[in-house]
Amino acid sequence: MIKWWKILSALLILYTLVWGMLGSVPRLDILNETIRNVYYHVPIWFAMLFQMGYSVVYAIKQLSKNDLKTDIISNQAAETGLFFALPGLLTGCMWAKFTWGTWWTFQDPKLNGVAIAILIYLAYFILRSSIDDEQKRARIAAVYNIFAFVMMFVFIMILPRLTDSLHPGNGGNPAFAKYDMNSDMRMIFYPAVIGWVLLSLWILDVKKRLALLRHKQNEQ
Amino acid sequence: MQNSRLISLIKKEFVLEFRQKSTLAGILVYIVATVFISALSFKKIIHPTVWNALFWTIFMFISVNVSGKSFMQETKGKALFNYLYYNPRQFILSKIAYNMLLMAVLSLLTFFFYSWFVGSMVQDLGMFLLALLFSSSAFSGVLSLMSAIASKANNNISLMAILSFPVLMPLLLVSVKLSKHAIDGLAWSVSYKYLLILMMLNFVVVALATLLFNYLWKE
Repeated sequence: MIKWWKILSALLILYTLVWGMLGSVPRLDILNETIRNVYYHVPIWFAMLFQMGYSVVYAIKQLSKNDLKTDIISNQAAETGLFFALPGLLTGCMWAKFTWGTWWTFQDPKLNGVAIAILIYLAYFILRSSIDDEQKRARIAAVYNIFAFVMMFVFIMILPRLTDSLHPGNGGNPAFAKYDMNSDMRMIFYPAVIGWVLLSLWILDVKKRLALLRHKQNEQ
Repeated sequence: MQNSRLISLIKKEFVLEFRQKSTLAGILVYIVATVFISALSFKKIIHPTVWNALFWTIFMFISVNVSGKSFMQETKGKALFNYLYYNPRQFILSKIAYNMLLMAVLSLLTFFFYSWFVGSMVQDLGMFLLALLFSSSAFSGVLSLMSAIASKANNNISLMAILSFPVLMPLLLVSVKLSKHAIDGLAWSVSYKYLLILMMLNFVVVALATLLFNYLWKE
């Protein structure tokens, strides 16, 4: 049986895909029509961060309960998060190309932060694959997950606020600071955020069920 | 009782290190050789940004080599003995404290050799030394925990680098920024927030390491 929030997620994303293209947007210099990317780029990153957060919550649960199932969920959430990093990066690169004139720049702390976040989660998967014992793997991976998440959080959330960034809200370039996004855009942006986060939960739900079934099969 | 245990653990680390002088001497040679190679290949560094970047790259590799191997000597038997005999919190704190002291000395030595061979460009020496001190302590905190993780995962040296480099990056970028300010001799009012962040990171790293090590500890 399909749960109601899965239908809601599909409807919301469909709505934002259509109205994101058709709706009216403010005419801003440099950004022009690319401002529509805010409906896709930003919610995808929110979905990724949401999944990473989900993974960390289950890592903490794993350490307190020592239950293998929580470890499986934590791993699956990290995989889902990393999966969302790809479209997030692609939409970001495209947007950067048409507004800043380059696909990638090392000047921006958020871009660096994302690159490092991806490296951290790749390291997490390598760490997992290098330990054979299930119980041991669950514990050690959870420890690394928590530690790495805190460092990444510092990197993505705190450092960009200290230095100049090309991203809106940090530096001095035209963009959708609070006053730039008008109410028409908000009517699409907020549903888009909810829609993409729900979609990530949907993917996680499927992956999680599959992984738990495999785990059950291995136990028998 | 608690504190004396901790101090005796730190003492033990030092005794072990000095008993095996070859490792310490090896690190010293490593520092001098790396700095000498960079001095030879760069001849003369004119640009402060290059000076800074090179220094921190050397610093990072040295710290990974020094603090990174703090759990590498733990054989199965030793680990079991430590597990039965010590409190995990004291154990990791002693490792971190020892690494912090060692790295503080070694980073000063690196800076000394680096300014000797390559030439110093630092205008605000006090700020630079503060940056060096705080980042070396934060580095040793992170690397002690990473070394503990790597030692549980079959003691793989390349795994150590894979695990620690991305986690060290935020720290490194703050230190690079702060030391660049010190090199340019900027006012303290510009750089104090970076110093605050470094201190905060130190605190966070040590707190997390003591909390999390407990779970690594059990076999």
